[in-house]
Amino acid sequence: MAGAVLENVTKTFGETVAVENLSLAVGRKEFLVLLGPTGAGKTTTLRLLAGLEQPDSGKVHIAGEDVTAQPPAARDVAFVFQQYSLYPHYTVFENLAFPLRAPGRRLNADSIRRRVGEISEMLRIGHKLNDRVTQLSGGEMQRVSIGRALVRKPKLFLMDEPLSSLDAKLREDLRVELKRIQRDLEATIVYVTHDQLEAMTLADTIGILQEGRLVQADSPRIAYERPATIYAAQRLGSPQINLIEAGRLGLAGGPPAAATAGIRPEDLTVGAEIGAEAKIIAVEHRGDEAVALIEADGLRLHALLDAGVSMEPGSRTRVAVRAESAIWFDSGERLVGAGAPG
Amino acid sequence: MKSGILKPGQATPLGKFLAGSAVALYALVAMIPLVWILATGFKSPPDSISYPPKVFFEPTLEGYVNLFTTRSRQTAEYIESLGPPKSWYEELVRRRNMVISGPSRFADRYWNSIVIGFGSTFLAVFLGTLAAYGFSRFKVPLKDDLLFFILSTRMMPPVAVAIPIFLMFRQLGLSDTAAGMILLYTAVNLSLSVWLLKGFVDEIPREYEEAAVVDGYSRLQAFWKVVLPQMRAGIAATAIFCLIFAWNEYAFALLLTSGTAQTAPPFIPIIIGEGGLDWPAVAAGTTLFLMPVVVFTVLLRNQLLRGITFGAVRK
Repeated sequence: MAGAVLENVTKTFGETVAVENLSLAVGRKEFLVLLGPTGAGKTTTLRLLAGLEQPDSGKVHIAGEDVTAQPPAARDVAFVFQQYSLYPHYTVFENLAFPLRAPGRRLNADSIRRRVGEISEMLRIGHKLNDRVTQLSGGEMQRVSIGRALVRKPKLFLMDEPLSSLDAKLREDLRVELKRIQRDLEATIVYVTHDQLEAMTLADTIGILQEGRLVQADSPRIAYERPATIYAAQRLGSPQINLIEAGRLGLAGGPPAAATAGIRPEDLTVGAEIGAEAKIIAVEHRGDEAVALIEADGLRLHALLDAGVSMEPGSRTRVAVRAESAIWFDSGERLVGAGAPG
Repeated sequence: MKSGILKPGQATPLGKFLAGSAVALYALVAMIPLVWILATGFKSPPDSISYPPKVFFEPTLEGYVNLFTTRSRQTAEYIESLGPPKSWYEELVRRRNMVISGPSRFADRYWNSIVIGFGSTFLAVFLGTLAAYGFSRFKVPLKDDLLFFILSTRMMPPVAVAIPIFLMFRQLGLSDTAAGMILLYTAVNLSLSVWLLKGFVDEIPREYEEAAVVDGYSRLQAFWKVVLPQMRAGIAATAIFCLIFAWNEYAFALLLTSGTAQTAPPFIPIIIGEGGLDWPAVAAGTTLFLMPVVVFTVLLRNQLLRGITFGAVRK
């Protein structure tokens, strides 16, 4: 059974089309990550699911029920905002209890205390319950935000870049925790981010959005190996995929319609015995690996270097392309074949 | 300060001392009239007009007694025939060959001031809060024009329209009624209230309400539980401004009230006309008149400070 479905949903703000004829399904217990740059319609999609926006056309279903006409309060969803959603005049406990005290839910004081206790332990903020939220650190605040969604056991969790305002270390910790919690609670989550690492690590399914349209919805592995369009290919992988015209650098043998080959940086071998002549332009060391910007056959390419290889900018070498790893796109930038089907 | 090194913009100890002294001096100068009024209220009538002015004097409650009573001058024989005075204030009055003929109307006027001042402040802030929230959060047709129109009601001094208001009040039977005065002061204060409060609502992120709405609350409940508590500073600051205007207003009160709904400001000068220049009574009335605003401001001072700086830093 589907957790939530958007059916041909369109939403415009004045002249701007935020979401265009979008159809999207998230299964129960599934972790769907919507990935795309600013303005791709990610947040609007979440707000449509929550009922904070009304679609111009199309339908919204949650747990098999058409909720298009229902107000947010009736939908039994929880929303984690990027920031700002903790009430500064309340303590941590009161913030966590707030959804449980909503009219129509009205739990008794004991069960509220028990539930808040469970969740705060799970999120490791149990010792902060009596603090004002204004005294918390950024990471603690975001835990409380997530906790406020978790206390309710809603049908659907909606999370709008909940980790983006945190520093790198905290983001990584919370990311791991969030995935664990999702498994433990068997929660259905729609999660919005522009961070591909979050998308790859958290998602059961990645939905890639481009200008309000859904380009692809697949598992992270398939989205990476068989991107539906060049745009989708560019969203995943760091550094970005290299785009090479078919026929250059010895890239031949693609499907008949192939116009462009996408080569991931890890599929270029720099310093090979064979291959095209190349010049190293810059090298970026990332600790466990290094990324080289090279020029070959008049093209600028990114390549991942093996740890042992050391390259000086300006030096000449050879670069070999693993042709069998090419991802082929036609002249309409659509996938026509990938060397290593997943 | 741990070290002797000063950051740019940081005051030196001498600078701090000078700045502090300047503020203290200003406060002192500003306080002198208030202190003088307070002191005069406890002087006897001769002391209050003596020259050179007396800084040290024997305090008496005569001014306050005169403020709250009406008196008549009588012959010594008549006063003798009344027997011994029944209270300390009768004794005080008889020393000046007077007897108390009844209470003055000060208490009534003071009560009118309280009802009209606080009533109109409550209404202006209540309506202003709702209007500010509406303007801030909803799509209102012609919003900018409406806001400009509301502001434009304050582009001239309210007294400029005194005559049309006088005529309207007479036609509507609102002259000399507390309801009429509350209505008038509310109308005058409302533009200030809407504009000030809109600034405060604009500062509150919508996400708070959206989070509450998703959590199962209605819009009104979200407003009550989430928005209103965060507007406290703004509401306090606005309320003080509204109260000060309504409390101190003199011209309309003089024009539109005479008997039943008269407030304290037009009443206090009347004391001067009753039986000579009774400055201690005037000063006593003024002292009592100052109290509510002082108390109100002191009670809300933390909110006020936050409210005013908050509103000033951001737009």
